[in-house]
Amino acid sequence: MSVDRSQLRGGSICLREVGIHFGEGKTAVQALRQMDLDVGAGELVSVLGPSGCGKSTIIGAVAGFTRVSSGRLEVDGQPVVAPGSDRGVVFQQHTLFPWKTVLENVAFGLKMQRIGKAERTQTAREILAHVGLSEFAQHYPHQLSGGMQQRVNLARVLVNRPRVILMDEPFCSLDAQTRLQMQQMLLRLWHEFHMTVVFVTHDVDEAVFLSDRVVVLSRRPGTVKAELNVGLPRPRTRDVLTSPDFTELKREALELLLSQDDSRLRQRSA
Amino acid sequence: MSASSSETAELLPAASEFDDSAVGLQAAEQAHRMDRFRSSLRSAGIGVVSIIVWLSAWELASRYQLDLFFRFENIPAPSQVAVAVGELVQTPKFAHHVGNSVMRIFIGFGIAAVLAVTLGLLIGRFRLVARSLLPPLEVIRPIPAVAWIPIAILLFASAEQSMVFITFIGAFFPILLSTVHGVEALDRRLVFASLSLGAGPLDVFWEVILPGAMPSIVTGLSIGMGTSWFSLVTAEMISGQYGIGYYTWEAYTLQKYPSIVLGMIAIGVLGMGSSLLVRVAGQRLMPWFKPAGTNT
Repeated sequence: MSVDRSQLRGGSICLREVGIHFGEGKTAVQALRQMDLDVGAGELVSVLGPSGCGKSTIIGAVAGFTRVSSGRLEVDGQPVVAPGSDRGVVFQQHTLFPWKTVLENVAFGLKMQRIGKAERTQTAREILAHVGLSEFAQHYPHQLSGGMQQRVNLARVLVNRPRVILMDEPFCSLDAQTRLQMQQMLLRLWHEFHMTVVFVTHDVDEAVFLSDRVVVLSRRPGTVKAELNVGLPRPRTRDVLTSPDFTELKREALELLLSQDDSRLRQRSA
Repeated sequence: MSASSSETAELLPAASEFDDSAVGLQAAEQAHRMDRFRSSLRSAGIGVVSIIVWLSAWELASRYQLDLFFRFENIPAPSQVAVAVGELVQTPKFAHHVGNSVMRIFIGFGIAAVLAVTLGLLIGRFRLVARSLLPPLEVIRPIPAVAWIPIAILLFASAEQSMVFITFIGAFFPILLSTVHGVEALDRRLVFASLSLGAGPLDVFWEVILPGAMPSIVTGLSIGMGTSWFSLVTAEMISGQYGIGYYTWEAYTLQKYPSIVLGMIAIGVLGMGSSLLVRVAGQRLMPWFKPAGTNT
């Protein structure tokens, strides 16, 4: 596909003292508290945290599904008020439209832009080739494996040429082998499409392998506990996973992730 | 997937690695389909044998005018009914009755389908519509269609209109409730996904809510078709001129007993046929749909 690189660049994301709570009164749940986060244009940042810490809430807020209760949330300097095709979202699983073929799923974003059928079919086919699923254009989602479905999900988002891609534990239901392939595919697409990626995961290996930077969240209400710069060289291949540098970074990330649990344990025993 | 293929795919996993699982899926599906075909043949065979046994029992009971709690002395035997069927089906009178009923179903069910699906989508999607419309509908819903007959006669100028109205009432609620349920059961992430792909409010409705609720809507239409026949036949017996329900009741009052059975069979066949029609149309409309449990 002809990609005019000069026109492509990722968006920047800025969260300042963001708080989000659901519900009112006694049943209110504080999901995020005093959250500060900056993601630079074209950066790939992982958000790592225990389950239920509000990781997904960040995705929902940046995507525009969830309103920020307090603080400031901006993408490219503009406050986020609603969902938009400049911010693509890839969910965990089963979020393709079951009633549309693979090709129709991928072409959906273009249809929403009122692009003619011939043109959008051609563009969708090109993107589908990028994720290696040309032969499955006429299949329905339920006929594909989990890994293939997530490829289609990526293609469906990429067709809009988003400045930001928000990924909510997209590979966590895949087997280890398929997951590694998907991670490598994501890195390739990230490089080709020049976009900003926010990748939410609870998998330490995944976070370190993919990211420029790993942001570690505390337990609910979630707030940034620590950040870890991943200086591993790119392009990253499978060999990185067994390198001493990777192991060291993984150890650090694990320590950051678990440190709070330790302090809790200490408090309890004291 | 073999270990060697994953080694060659360092940065660019090829599609072929994923083919294996898809080919396996298709083979499994094929075998599954053959199994289903065989078992459906077998169950069809059992069904035919069962019908023959029951018909023979009925024939004997009528021939010998059995009186075992059920009094068979006035019940026509299947053979007599068959003769009556042969005679009556050819007369324009019978076709006229059937045609009248089918037309009433066509109009009443048609209006109910359009109205109930539209309302159901709105109620399921918009809380304000649900709050303002659901309470009165919940009060009306338990009233059986038969109980509507007196008021229907008062409401409409002609008996024809009131019968179409009863047909409408019979079909309306099953379709409405299934549609509402279909919208409410829809995975909200599909709506979110469409929004972040650039869908506007109308797009969400046409591209996500309607197709997403479609399996539930088709179920509602199929149930509604059954209840609308049920309601129509009752209405025709009470206030009809022409129609298959009227024909059956008239046969009783004129003591043309084989015609009663013919009328009943006609009602059964028409009801079954129209429900089948709805299901087939539904399958045509949703080639993508796999009912839970049949998925691999």
